[in-house]
Amino acid sequence: MPYSLSSLIPDKHFRVPSACGVSGIMNTSGERFSGEVVVTSMSVMRERGNGLGAGFAAYGIYPELKDYYCFHMLYDSAYAKKNTEEYLANHYEIVESEPIPTRKNPRIKEVHILWRYFLKPKFPETVTEEDFVVSTVMFINEKIEGAFVMSSGKNMGVFKGVGFPEDIGDFYRIDEYKGYIWTAHNRFPTNTVGWWGGAHPFSILDWTVVHNGEISSYGVNKRFLESYGYKCTLMTDTEVIAYLVDLFMRRFKYSPAITAKILAAPFWKDIDSMPEEERLLYSALRMNYGGALLNGPFAIIVANRNMMMGLNDRIKLRPLVAAVKGDFLYIASEEAAIRIVCPDPEIVWAPKAGEPVVGVLRSEESVSLKV
Amino acid sequence: MIGVRKILIREEYCMGCKLCEINCVAAQVGTENLIKIFRYVPELPEPKVIVEEHDYITFALQCRNCYDASCLKACMTGAMHRDPRTGAITVNEEKCVGCWMCVMVCPFGVVKRNVKKKKVASKCDLCAERGSPACVEGCPNEALVLIEVRE
Amino acid sequence: MAKGKIPPEFLVERDDYKCVRCLACVRLCSYGANYYDENAKRVYTENRKCVGCHFCEAMCPTEAITVMRNPFEIKPLAHWTSEHLIDIMKQAETGGVLLTSMGNDRPYFSYFDRIVLNASQVTNPSIDPLREPMEVRTYLGRKQMKLDLEEDEEGRVLLKTEIAPQLKLEVPVMFSAMSYGSISLNAMLSLAEAAKTVGTYFNTGEGGLPKELKRYGSNMIVQVASGRFGVNVDYLNAGSAVEIKIGQGAKPGIGGHLPGEKVTEAISETRMIPVGTDALSPAPHHDIYSIEDLRQLIYAIKEATRYEKPVGVKIAAVHNVAPIAAGMVRAGADYIVIDGIRGGTGAAPKVTRDHVGIPIEFAVAVVDQRLREEGIRHMASVVVAGGIRNSADVIKAIALGADAVYIGTAALVALGCHLCQRCYLGKCNWGIATQDPKLTKRLNPEIGARRLVNLLRAWEHEIKEILGGMGINAIESLRGNRDMLRGVGLHEYELKLLGIKPAGEAW
Repeated sequence: MPYSLSSLIPDKHFRVPSACGVSGIMNTSGERFSGEVVVTSMSVMRERGNGLGAGFAAYGIYPELKDYYCFHMLYDSAYAKKNTEEYLANHYEIVESEPIPTRKNPRIKEVHILWRYFLKPKFPETVTEEDFVVSTVMFINEKIEGAFVMSSGKNMGVFKGVGFPEDIGDFYRIDEYKGYIWTAHNRFPTNTVGWWGGAHPFSILDWTVVHNGEISSYGVNKRFLESYGYKCTLMTDTEVIAYLVDLFMRRFKYSPAITAKILAAPFWKDIDSMPEEERLLYSALRMNYGGALLNGPFAIIVANRNMMMGLNDRIKLRPLVAAVKGDFLYIASEEAAIRIVCPDPEIVWAPKAGEPVVGVLRSEESVSLKV
Repeated sequence: MIGVRKILIREEYCMGCKLCEINCVAAQVGTENLIKIFRYVPELPEPKVIVEEHDYITFALQCRNCYDASCLKACMTGAMHRDPRTGAITVNEEKCVGCWMCVMVCPFGVVKRNVKKKKVASKCDLCAERGSPACVEGCPNEALVLIEVRE
Repeated sequence: MAKGKIPPEFLVERDDYKCVRCLACVRLCSYGANYYDENAKRVYTENRKCVGCHFCEAMCPTEAITVMRNPFEIKPLAHWTSEHLIDIMKQAETGGVLLTSMGNDRPYFSYFDRIVLNASQVTNPSIDPLREPMEVRTYLGRKQMKLDLEEDEEGRVLLKTEIAPQLKLEVPVMFSAMSYGSISLNAMLSLAEAAKTVGTYFNTGEGGLPKELKRYGSNMIVQVASGRFGVNVDYLNAGSAVEIKIGQGAKPGIGGHLPGEKVTEAISETRMIPVGTDALSPAPHHDIYSIEDLRQLIYAIKEATRYEKPVGVKIAAVHNVAPIAAGMVRAGADYIVIDGIRGGTGAAPKVTRDHVGIPIEFAVAVVDQRLREEGIRHMASVVVAGGIRNSADVIKAIALGADAVYIGTAALVALGCHLCQRCYLGKCNWGIATQDPKLTKRLNPEIGARRLVNLLRAWEHEIKEILGGMGINAIESLRGNRDMLRGVGLHEYELKLLGIKPAGEAW
């Protein structure tokens, strides 16, 4: 490690702007493939990180336990673990409880207790199952000292920590998992770190976000989300993206395309020249959800169990490239990260500012992405 | 043809400060420095713009450069003539004999005797030499504006 | 006792060498302060009559006149200033309430001046507003928590939710309520024309609607105050929105006051009161003694305007402003206006103007916070008024949580006002706060509108420049973005109320 971790400030209590590399690979027919592919993709973008954070999100990795919510946990202490488990036991049936398997890596200094649970919620009739899980995550992250939920979805998980992507991948034995969507992140925070929770992806339920950029509208977005009951505890830009996506796509059931037009809204001059009905729609979206507009440079990859979306800010201030080959959709910060794992894509393109690239799983019967 | 320049009087914005009169005098003397004019020019010319006042109604009046100008018809020497370039009516001082018929016939009373030079009629020439009328330029409330009208 | 004289407030110094005896100053002073002595052939000034409006100074063609403050050097006592002494002298003389005009001029702390803004460096790029789009358009009115969308047979997404009526502002700055009566028709025409050109709104104030302004309906907010001057159903429907005025920052707790001197024939017609009578609005609305009464009036107006226009409510910023604001929003206001202690007026008792109310910076911060905590921030837009001086104040107000601001004093200054604070005399030399036909004609509305448009455009450019520096390209990303603000030299409790961090602290 080039940095002495003890001399750095944990970013748990500060908002840290960071620049990064992202990569996402999806098989749209749901065929699962090894995480090794995405680790290879990330390896060529080493320059985009500085060894202070990396992570992976994987979908389809727990097919045998796919009906249970899987919580990937970071604990600072056994005490935090005990507190969390007591809380979980009161509200969930704990189906499995085990350490997240890791492999010794000389460049990864393990500082947390890493644990995963497969849970069945015991929720009251007054709330939906998903809202119940969200409130659990909010509670643990906010109230239980030293405990952090990395991910909380079904048949998916987030693996992240402090290090370069290859080392984090090796440490978490990513190559041993098989999934149909993989997203990955390599972080270049401007100060920091020492806390693994600050790495990407950020996740709520089965939503994950990897993000390269700085959200200058963070203060607005955070307050917007607060009025919908989301508590932004992590002081990171990316967290607000995850919650915004959860709000619009899960709770409001908006399509990825509409969600993209809220997060990276069209300019008024373009809205003004749209045909009547579209103009009404987009004006209303901007007027009402102005607080959800993500302003500042960003390239993000958002995923859930049946889709993956890449999106740039309104004036494309961060790189994002997409490619398709067969059933595979690739989205990454750099074309090289795609070519290293797919040397001969059918099409490669740079998505326009504010135009989403969406891959939808063809055979998934689960959540409706209808408007 | 090019439009004819005219000064539009906007009585509704005239505040009666009479700065147009001062500026007219200065333009005739040929310097912008009012203090110098006041202190050192012995006999000042009369302003060719007059502010008419009654209660709150005030307006600055100068030659209207009428289409059908009586002064042109009344002038027996042809001294009073229309400048074909600007459309403004001007006096050729060489030809003027000081019969004052123009002064008599002007319905607005804006043609005057030049008291300094004998036998010469004096009237606004839209500051032909200066380029743009000094009264218009100096009006603080745009109560005088220069417009171009097409005949 | 020997009665002392009240010393003149201003001294008009005239450089006799420069004076060319044009007598413009003599002709123009509506207070008759300047006079010409035929025998001495000199222009003199009766300093006592001068109010310090600087009109003669501005009109003098040779810059011979300097209007300066009379130092009136009593002993430099910190507690008993010359202003206090003069006020006592005036009251000992007259036995009356001291009247004044324009905004509070006490040296209260300006929090805007203790707040600094952020800009992008390295980690995100600043945006050049001359090369990239930069958006400041703002919509005022009730918003929805959730928009319902539906898909038609062809797969097109359509809006299902009905959108509440909105005011569309191309620049988040509007002209405050200033009534016909307090200001001249030419001043109102200037405001109206500028609002139309820029794409924002002016406000009729409580003086009714002169017919000359009817054609500006699409850029007009009509006000309903406790006096209900000129209010009828046509008036309510004449503008784009209706604003109920409960109070104003300059005089919280008391009603409007138009001195009889300003009630001319035309004013009497518009206000529906006799010529020359004082137009004194009651302190409260006599049909609003409580919040539920406000709700009734709001809905009565909504019924009268067929729910086609936003209905706003304006209050002065007072101690309990946040809960009051929440109540107003719940009562059905589509937008609320908070007018701070520095808000201006045409006439107010000096003691009220100078001592009642709270600074707008705190008011907007606590109102925005309270509405968010109660989950009702989307139900109404927040407009901030009272002492907004420049684009930086606009930016700071918006970052503290406002949707838009109202400017009154700043607009009048653009029209020539020099803040002499004598609006209540109705003799405004600049033609703004007067109804004297000799004086009103001094304000050419073409020039007035042009200058107001210039002011708004200049502020718009500056706002865009600052937004670009922050790395954002839409005003909605600034609204309530207190991360962009830092306090300098503020106490912890002040920072807490404002919801901002001290300068030097990172995110």
